[in-house]
Amino acid sequence: MTEIKKYPTELLKCWNEGKNLRKSYYDDYLRAHEKGGIRWAGGAWTFSSIPAGLGEDVYCITGEPYGATIAFFKDFAAQCHDAVEAAGFPRTLCAYMRNYWGAILLDKHVLTDGTVVEGAPIPDFIWQDHICCSHGKWYQVVKWLEKKKGKDVPMYCVDVSVGYAGPNEKIEDYKVNYIIQQLNDGIDWLEKVTGREYNDKLLCDAVWNEIKATSLWAEICSLNKAIPAPLDEKSMYSLYVMATLIKHRPECVAFYETLRDEVKDRANRGIAATPYERFRVITDTQPPWGFLKVFREMEKYGVVSLGSLYTFGLIGMWEFKSDGTWAPKTLPEKKPQTREEALRAIVEWTLHKPEWAHFYRPELKTQMMKEIVDQWKVNAVLLHYNRGCEGLSVHIAENRLGLLDAGIPVFPFEGNMGDEREFDFAGTMARLTAFFESMGLKKLKE
Amino acid sequence: MVEEAFETFREWIDNRHKYAKAWKERTGNKIVGYFCTYVPEEILYATNILPVRILGSHEPPTVTEPYIFAMFCHLCRDCLAQGLKGKFDYLDGIVEGQSCLHLRQAFNAWRLHIPIDYTHWIHVPHGIQTPHAVPFLTQELAKFKRSLEKWTGKKITNEDLDRGIKILNRNRELMRRVYEYRKLDNPKITGLEVMEMVLSSQMTDKEEHSKLLEQLLRELPNRKLNRNLGVRLMIIGSEDDDRLFMKNVEDLGATFVIDEHCTGSRYLWDDVVPSEDRLLAIATRYIHRVPCPSKDWPKFTRIQHAVNLAKQFKAQGALVIQNKFCDPHGIEVPPLRESLKDIGVPTYPLEFDVTVPWGQFRTRVEAFLETLTGLEELF
Repeated sequence: MTEIKKYPTELLKCWNEGKNLRKSYYDDYLRAHEKGGIRWAGGAWTFSSIPAGLGEDVYCITGEPYGATIAFFKDFAAQCHDAVEAAGFPRTLCAYMRNYWGAILLDKHVLTDGTVVEGAPIPDFIWQDHICCSHGKWYQVVKWLEKKKGKDVPMYCVDVSVGYAGPNEKIEDYKVNYIIQQLNDGIDWLEKVTGREYNDKLLCDAVWNEIKATSLWAEICSLNKAIPAPLDEKSMYSLYVMATLIKHRPECVAFYETLRDEVKDRANRGIAATPYERFRVITDTQPPWGFLKVFREMEKYGVVSLGSLYTFGLIGMWEFKSDGTWAPKTLPEKKPQTREEALRAIVEWTLHKPEWAHFYRPELKTQMMKEIVDQWKVNAVLLHYNRGCEGLSVHIAENRLGLLDAGIPVFPFEGNMGDEREFDFAGTMARLTAFFESMGLKKLKE
Repeated sequence: MVEEAFETFREWIDNRHKYAKAWKERTGNKIVGYFCTYVPEEILYATNILPVRILGSHEPPTVTEPYIFAMFCHLCRDCLAQGLKGKFDYLDGIVEGQSCLHLRQAFNAWRLHIPIDYTHWIHVPHGIQTPHAVPFLTQELAKFKRSLEKWTGKKITNEDLDRGIKILNRNRELMRRVYEYRKLDNPKITGLEVMEMVLSSQMTDKEEHSKLLEQLLRELPNRKLNRNLGVRLMIIGSEDDDRLFMKNVEDLGATFVIDEHCTGSRYLWDDVVPSEDRLLAIATRYIHRVPCPSKDWPKFTRIQHAVNLAKQFKAQGALVIQNKFCDPHGIEVPPLRESLKDIGVPTYPLEFDVTVPWGQFRTRVEAFLETLTGLEELF
């Protein structure tokens, strides 16, 4: 009988630091007014470094991570879904969005430990961007719902749907300028709705933080090429999320520097995320947040998910190098010093976001996934056909075909990141274990 | 003549592929398919290319399973199915003007899996409420124009663009004149007939279509519909070319007096206002037109437009339809219903799929109509 190799494992030393950072983030938003500060709401992809120019006491809540937090607490999520459907919205809409609206309709707020408190905090303004059909509409409805409760929340939304440049293509100036113009208008708008004077120095700092944080996260993900993988995807979800919350903050940069150093050390010492790694997979799109135990079940087969284009590239910034490899995006030569430089830098940087490619050309996403498979020595891809997110499921069937064409084993499964009614845990596990068995894997002995 | 005109519109729809092939044979010119009404047909007409809208067949689109995840709307899957089945084998190219996430999948799957000579994607901005959208789209249209010139080997002049603008404006104006007859206390046309008029304009040579419209308009004032008006209804929502549904509802004792669909009024409500910079003029029209909800934020301008239509056409009630999985329209259902309710127009929501369950829908629509006609009608 073949001996299964057991790798050494260790808990992440900076785990609690990340946990506390997340807790502070939500506390800060909730108590922003008590501190004399202001708070805004918007998506995880929004240009969060722009409102940072309003001062150091500006706090935000990003919709998708909050929607995912609700999804994790399935009882509260179910209440949110009921409230949204009772209000007349279809149950087929984005699940994060429905969770978020549901909390407003119920006038409740969930804390990171699952405690549900009365009173959904109302933002002072909405600062959003729009690439998926739901982005701008999400907050348009938030504004509408708040208005029905008597609060007029100003909203600004930046259109970023200008296309995606291929690996060796340059984004045309008129596309970059279109977004810069909107951001310039947005800064005037922010001054008007908050009555605050805008600080360009804070903007430049925030932009530089964002650029560094999103490149650092890519660097951390690169370290997962090591065998055994020093991080597993289930843990990465708790780590990448920092850049979906505060990518523009120095705390995010500092945390990722600490994490990068620790993961590098783990890779050098052969410390594994899971002890019996023998089959490496990646997933795609958001997981069904209420069912993360899927990953633990996979470990029983010696399977480790070491990431995905989603965890690597939702926030992490990458590029194809001249030798064709896919690697962390090189930082600009210098930190921006003026508003104009800062806006151009952040727009040019953001337009290369890997998770924006598939909105236009599925081949580009397939190409990136194939690179991950090659460079990270991946054995198979688990594609989550996610009914909860149109944006990240767009063209997913084309990605499946592209991966199969390349000879990569693919396991598609259907689910929903935020609505447990649309994920069949038992059925999915039955099919998944059959897939693993078809790959020659047997369940490890307990 | 009026009946003949409507019969011709119907025949053009029923035999759309035969029509297109005959047109191609007759003219020797190219035909380009498009999915969304954000494609500026003016530029295609300027190039002597016939633009035809790709629509579905209302048959289960099983052949699309490998290419589009089934949680996307039936329209995008049904459109792609037509291509995969070879129904549009006469197309020389496909073009799409950026709108929802759904239709772009039909466009890309077509591009990747169905042999086609020419494809082009226009980044029609979503931020139509920003002043920067018009200059941005102007640049995109210039790129589209250059692309067509390269493909056809023919320079597109200002005179060509003027001709394209004129053809489109004329066709829209004539159809809007037909719409005026829906405002009458006794409308001279049914909702089904209007739908067939607009749909056929998206499938045929607009110059030929306009000639028929001119003939129709000469005699329409004298027409008397030999049917009971019933309840004056509005229909509003996602893309809708379900003619059977329209007929069935109107047979229940109702008349659709106005619509707010991209296969209806939204397609023809706005003209290009000519100016020296032709592409700027076209871009202005497509940015400022009645929007698809996917582009309509942060203000709900389309809903305000729908409210105005309901008032102008004296709708007594509205059917609000959403194609299953159509997020842009689905998101707007509650705000839309509330706005119509505020002006005294009751609404009823229906979720459409590739085929509609008419048995259930009939009961529901009948019940809705009964609530609009009052109790005295029941006894």
